[in-house]
Parts: sequence; structure tokens; C-alpha cells
Amino acid sequence: MFDNVWLIPLFPLIGFLINGLFGKKIKNEAVIGAIGTLAIFASFVVSCLILMQMIGLPAEQRVFEKVLFPWIHSGNFKADMAFLLDPLSCVMIMVVTGVGSLIHLYSIGYMHGEEGFYRFFAYLNLFCMSMLLLVLGSNMLVMFIGWEGVGLCSYLLIGYYFHKKSAGDAAKKAFVMNRVGDFGFLLGLFTLYWWFGSNHNIWTINFVEIKAASHLLPYGGVVTVATLCFFVGATGKSAQLPLFTWLPDAMEGPTPVSALIHAATMVTAGVYMIGRMSFVFAKSPDTLLVIAVVGAATAIFAATIGTAQNDIKRVLAYSTVSQLGFMFLAMGVGAFSAGIFHLMTHAFFKACLFLGSGSVIHSMHHALHKIHSHDDAQDMRNMGGLRKAMPITFITFAVSTIAISGIPPLSGFFSKDEILWMAFSNQFHGNVNIYLWGIGAVAACFTAFYMWRLVFMTFFGDCRINPTAKSYLHESPLVITIPLMVLGALAAVGGFIGVPKILGGLNHFEHWLEPVFETAHEYSTQYAHHGAHPSHSVEWTLMILSTVIAVIGIMIAATMYVKNKSLPGRFVATFPTLHRAVFNKWYVDEIYDYLFVNPCKAFGQFLWKGFDVLIVDGVVNGVANTVMGFSGIFRYMQSGYIYNYAFSMALGVVVMLGYFIFK
Amino acid sequence: MENLNSYLIVSAILFAIGTIGVLTRKNVIVMFMSIELMLNAVNLTFVAFSRYLGNLDGQIFVFFIMTVAAAEAAVGLALIIAFFNNKESIDVEDVNLMKW
Repeated sequence: MFDNVWLIPLFPLIGFLINGLFGKKIKNEAVIGAIGTLAIFASFVVSCLILMQMIGLPAEQRVFEKVLFPWIHSGNFKADMAFLLDPLSCVMIMVVTGVGSLIHLYSIGYMHGEEGFYRFFAYLNLFCMSMLLLVLGSNMLVMFIGWEGVGLCSYLLIGYYFHKKSAGDAAKKAFVMNRVGDFGFLLGLFTLYWWFGSNHNIWTINFVEIKAASHLLPYGGVVTVATLCFFVGATGKSAQLPLFTWLPDAMEGPTPVSALIHAATMVTAGVYMIGRMSFVFAKSPDTLLVIAVVGAATAIFAATIGTAQNDIKRVLAYSTVSQLGFMFLAMGVGAFSAGIFHLMTHAFFKACLFLGSGSVIHSMHHALHKIHSHDDAQDMRNMGGLRKAMPITFITFAVSTIAISGIPPLSGFFSKDEILWMAFSNQFHGNVNIYLWGIGAVAACFTAFYMWRLVFMTFFGDCRINPTAKSYLHESPLVITIPLMVLGALAAVGGFIGVPKILGGLNHFEHWLEPVFETAHEYSTQYAHHGAHPSHSVEWTLMILSTVIAVIGIMIAATMYVKNKSLPGRFVATFPTLHRAVFNKWYVDEIYDYLFVNPCKAFGQFLWKGFDVLIVDGVVNGVANTVMGFSGIFRYMQSGYIYNYAFSMALGVVVMLGYFIFK
Repeated sequence: MENLNSYLIVSAILFAIGTIGVLTRKNVIVMFMSIELMLNAVNLTFVAFSRYLGNLDGQIFVFFIMTVAAAEAAVGLALIIAFFNNKESIDVEDVNLMKW
């Protein structure tokens, strides 16, 4: 089955081509939706078969490279269109195709009746193909193709409602910010390629070859430069500080897009990339520290913003940024498998949350549309008490919220607790550890708070929607609720494959990824501070503590939004400045406008009005004007009268004769 | 033929009269006649030199010129008629479309 790995990206490509080229002619939504969904589902089946086969193999044989065809061979440079199968890419293809299939199915219901239905499915398939190329690519160039491809699809899908200016702006913002990151990715790639080539005559961009040669890399130095460049790429794609502002704006896209691209898959590409090149990152303790600090800072920063937003999707967007911060924190403390584990559980519960919010919005939109109201269907202040109208959505949403809050034994608890534990107990960052853990724990508390605030505002209390519209609220159709139920179930039980040893589990997940990260762990032990290992009792204490913290967050939310509803208003009145700053997202967008966007615009204006109009156009027009000026004089010679021409002829003859006679 | 100069002087005078006629007259037919005058001035020079040098080439040239002049007269008169048909005039000042 390994040999057929190329089928996995091929199916979505076929789906994209059919829907993209003929979708307009097919018109029938059921056919278009079926093509799109079956394409990705076929990939899911292949992925399952591959996973089965890989599980059957002994751990050391679980690496397989499939060269599809030679792509670029030029001098020393060699890049094949090749796919790499190992436990890490296996996890990723399972997540991408599995969650992807469910979201495709969901989209059939959610996008029903939308203009450009075929376009949506074509883009969605193209996205899946790019994402699969990204995770399967066996060299950095194939990965980069996927990396750019998902960026493009993200742009296309954010701007799906392109007639809305805000959607177009958000799409551009996402694209430009990703370009900044991509530039870093390329610089990292070049640095690594050049270093290996010029120092050891190993000209390669292939992951397997780099891994084999990675023992030649020095600790720090050039590796720090290269990995920091890669990390810039990761911050762009995965919406970390300072390049995170595009992700909340990306919520302009349809909700399934937010679930698939901006929560479950694409934004985790940065985490995956660090995992894929863990053996390089592990060579630079400084980079790891930077990653851990940026991750922790993003986690808390985005979490605070999430507490004051009223748009249901924006809360989830900031939550995604925050959870991605947790994943980077895990990567930065050398807990690569914990990061990937959180990536997977996050894909389950966050996809479920987004799809659930989509279901709510769908129903709200429908109800508001019926009474011709222009109220915002995404504003939680218009919701409330929806649990009676939408029981399935409510239950799945609540399960996922419990999972993301980190309440045992749901999936989020295991992955987040693992990260916090590693942040506390890792042997690399010395005194910083306690701060990393502390920030992570506070961020987890905020997470629990804003998620339950969302649940209480949306599903509990009195219905704040217009009473006439209320009667139109209804549960979404099965095509929407089935993916919700599946994802909700996964969010509930997905954590059990990674139960830590202290709880009597076997941590299958870590075990599974061990061959991928063992080189990295080998390198990082070189600079580990071998202090006393924290004892089991400490681990128990922290585990209970993080659960207590989550419960505290939930209690605060319950107090403020269920029991004593005047509290939020009093809080705002007491700390108006703080609330305004948080509500306005700490003014990051405004600061960026001031620091980067406006100077860029001013510079563009200067280049346009100063350089292009004055100099470039000036030269061209100047030449033309000069020629016209001269011809304006000479044209008077052409009077149109024959005798004038005859006279000038005669005069010419006389002059010539005179010259010959008198010379 | 001792006296080549006098022939040449007559020829030059004829040519100058022709030139001035072409340049100053407005009537196309008169201009046309002036051109004939210039041609014949040249013919006179050819014949005079032919005689002076004892070489017949010049006279052969004259025959050619006369032939060409006859043809030219035919074409020219045809043009004048065509022009007159259009403009009801043979005044050269009305030929004024040949400009930018």
C-alpha cells in the first residue's frame, strides 16, 4: 500500500479539476458535493490502509520514501517529486483527510444554495491536495509547494464572498502576512542548503538525507539563523506573534473553511514543519527558547483578547491562535510529540467547535432572514438559550468545550496537560521553565473562561433573539449534525491514545512518534541541565492544579454569565481602559497600521506620484514632447502648395551649384 | 562652332526664364509651358555640346528628352483636366492638400 501513497493527493486533485472545470455546467449541488466529498474520502480510505500497514511494521521500518518522478535535477541540486511516509506524516494525513472528509460532508449542508457552490468545493479539494503535499513532501521544495498552495487556497476561500469588501481585505491581509512568513521559510531553506553544500559537499534538501547528515550541524550558530528563519515561516502560517492578526480576520470566510483551514489543518502547518525538522531545531537551544517564549506569549495574549469578543467565530479564532501557541510552547520545550498530540486533539475539538458555531450561525441566519431582520447572526449578544432549539449542536459543542478547557478525561486534558508538564519539567530552559508553565497555566484558565463564556452566552439563559424569529430556530439537518457528532466523539475519546504513564496509560501516541523524534532528543540531551528529575508527586500536583485552574475558569464564567449577569457590566465600568484595550484586541491592528501599513502605503504613494509619474512617465513623455516640438517647427515647410515645394527644389539646386562653382 | 558660349548663354537664359515661370505663375498650364521651356533649354545645351565635341551622344539624348516630354505633356494635361474636373480651377494655389 505504501507504493500507492501518491493516490492520497491525487484524489482531491481530480475532485478539484472536475468541480473546477465542469462545476458550472454540472449545477446539481448533490453531484458537486458528492464529487468533492468522495474525492477526499477516497484519500482517507487510502490513508487508513497505509496506517494499518504501518502499524503492522516494526518501529525501525516505518520510513518509506516514494519517488514519483524526478522533478528538478540541475548540477548539484536535486529535487524529486517524492513523498515521505513515516509515523509523523501518517498522523497528519489521517487528520487532514479524516477531518477534511467530515468538513466536506458538512459543507454540502452548510453551503446549500450559495452562489458558487462548485467553486467552494473546487477550492476545498485544492486545499486538501496542497495540504497533503505539504505533509507528505519528502523534500523541502515539495513541502514549500504545498505550503504556498495552502496559502493560496486560504486566500481564495477567505475571499469567497469577494463582493464584500471586508472579505477581500481579509484575504489580502492573510496573503500578505503569509508572504512575510514564506520569505523566512525560503531563507531558512537556502541557509541550510548552502551550509551543508559548502561545508560538507552535501547538496540536499531531502528530509531523510538531512536527518542522516544532521550530526554534522553545529550547536547554535548557523543552525540558529536557519531555524529562526524557518520559525518566522511558521509564525506566519500558524498565526503566532507577531504575525497572528490575519487569522481572526480570516473568519470572513465561510465557517467550514474556518474549521478546516483556520483551525484544524493549515494553521498547524508551522507546528508540523518544526516537528518534521525537529532534528535541526534541536541543534539550537536558543531557537527552542525563542519558540517556547513566543508560543507561551501568543497563548496568553490571544486568550486575553478572546475574553472580550462578541462575535462567536472571532472568539474561536483567538482561541485557535492561543491553542497554536500551546503547540509552539510544546515544540519549544522539546516536547515534539506532545505538540503533535495537541495538534491532533485540537483538530478534533476545534473543528467541532467551529462546525458547531457554523450550525448556530446557519440557524440564526435562517431565523433572522425569515423576519427580515438585519441583526448580526454571529453576534453572541443576539443569541442565548439555543440549547433547547438545537440539542445536538449544543451537546457536541459542550463536549468539545469541556475538551478544550482541559477537563479530564476528554482529549484536551491529556494533550494540554502534557504540554504544561513538559514546560515545567524540561531540562533545557532552566529558570525560564517556571514562567513558561505559569503563563501556560494562566492561558489555560483564560481558555476555560472564554470558552464557557461563549457557551453560556450562546446556549444558556434567555433567548435574546427577536421573539418572532425564535420560532424559526431549528436544529440543522443530518448532513451537518453527523460531522458534529463524529468530531464530538473524537474530541471526547481522542485523548486516550496518549494517556501518560503516570495515569496508568501507555502513551501510545508518544511511542508511535518516537522514531521520528528520537534524533532530536539525542541532540537535545547534549545541552540539557541534568538536575533532579521532578518526582511523580510533583507531576500529580501539577496535573490536579491544571484541572483546578480550568475549573476556576469555568466557575468565573458561570458566575459572570449565568448567576450574576450584572457582573460583566460592573467589571467594564470598573476597568474601562482595560476593557477597551482588550475589546479592541490590544490595538495590535492599529499599531501595525501605524508602523507598517501606513508607511508602506506612503512609500507606495511616493513611488507612484514621485517616481512613476514624475520620472518614468516624465522621461517617456519628455521624449515624445521634444519630438513634437521640433516637428511643430518643421511642419511649416510642408505648406501643401506646389510652388513652395518647387521653390525649395530650385533653391536646393542653386545652393548645390553655388557650392560646386565657388568651392 | 567657335561660339559655344553664346549658345550656352541663350540656353541659360531660357532655363532661368522657365524656372522663374514655374515658380511665379499660378496658372498650371503656364507652369507646364515653362517646364517645356526648361526642357528645351537643356536640349539646346545638349545639341550645342554635341556639335562642339563632334559627338552624337548628346543629340540622341535630345531625342529621348523630346519623347519623354511628349509623354509627360500627355500625362500632365490629363492630370490638369482631372484636377479641373474636381476643383473647377487650374490655379496652382488650389492644389493645397499635400500637407501635414
